Amino acid sequence: MKMEKAILAAVTTKTDKVAGSAAVFTCETKEEMEAVAANLEAILDGIAHALSDHLYIIVKH
Amino acid sequence: MNEYTYPILFGIIVGTAIRVYMLRTDYRQYPTYLHGKIIHLSLGFIAAALGTIAIPSIMEKEFTAVTFLTLAASQFREVRNMERNTLAEMDSYELVPRGNTYIEGIAVAFESRNYLVIFTSFVVTLAYLALNIWGALVATVLCFIGCKVWMSGSKLSDIVTIEHSTLSFEGAGLYVDNIYIMNIGLPERQEEILKYGMGFILTPKSFSVRSTIANLGQRQAILHDVSVSLGVFRDSGTPALVPLIKRDLNDGRIGVFILPQLQDPGRAKEIISAVPVLENAIQMPSKKN
Repeated sequence: MKMEKAILAAVTTKTDKVAGSAAVFTCETKEEMEAVAANLEAILDGIAHALSDHLYIIVKH
Repeated sequence: MNEYTYPILFGIIVGTAIRVYMLRTDYRQYPTYLHGKIIHLSLGFIAAALGTIAIPSIMEKEFTAVTFLTLAASQFREVRNMERNTLAEMDSYELVPRGNTYIEGIAVAFESRNYLVIFTSFVVTLAYLALNIWGALVATVLCFIGCKVWMSGSKLSDIVTIEHSTLSFEGAGLYVDNIYIMNIGLPERQEEILKYGMGFILTPKSFSVRSTIANLGQRQAILHDVSVSLGVFRDSGTPALVPLIKRDLNDGRIGVFILPQLQDPGRAKEIISAVPVLENAIQMPSKKN
């Protein structure tokens, strides 16, 4: 099966909001979360989508 | 030298000339290089010869010679495959790909132009042999006019009205006018997009057109043409910076989000206007009464 889209990683400041098989990165502040998401976006060649103020996901399209 | 020499020469020259005429390279079109052109000129020459020779063969009662035309047909189908394969191979290395519909449209055009060459040579030689050289010249002019009129398809400006529109963010959602484009999470990406991005709204002029501009291949063709002409603010490894077109489901308008390097809305509008309406995207639901 070919995966069209996949969540590569989740970046959050509230760990209890995320669970599952994707890599989860917990951050202290919003700024740290943005920095980590920006790095992951470049590294993983995915797009950082914001689901809420506390949660970013990196998605491969 | 015999009675057929001049008609055959005339037919081949006119046929090749019409291939040259139809092989224009403009800012967005393939082939752009000399070798690509030589391939098509040679095939055009062969097509012209085939079309021309059919007439003397028939006049000499050599009817089996017409079967050569079937050979030509399979030969030119091969041209279409060749074009399709080349363009599809190259497409994966484009920052903004052409898309399969556009490629198919180009490949079909290449094949059909060879048939037009055969047809032109056939008609011109027939006119030469049945009438005289003046008849052949008139046939030549008619064929050129025919090719010009029928073979230039319509442009996007014929079927939609194009308006420049503003980009805005609602939370992480990027909007062109009121059409949702995509979710951009990072604030720095959002800034880049507001700085370099440009939005256009394409409103269909009639009901039939809605499904044409909704076609994903047609949308990709718009993005490709704009990116080729104006450059694109994008690189490999920046998937968030991607030009996109989304549709308003309520009224069939489409929102075009582009990232041109040349920040000139007027020019961008001109280029969108000149995007060809892809034959494969045209649908005519209103033909069903």
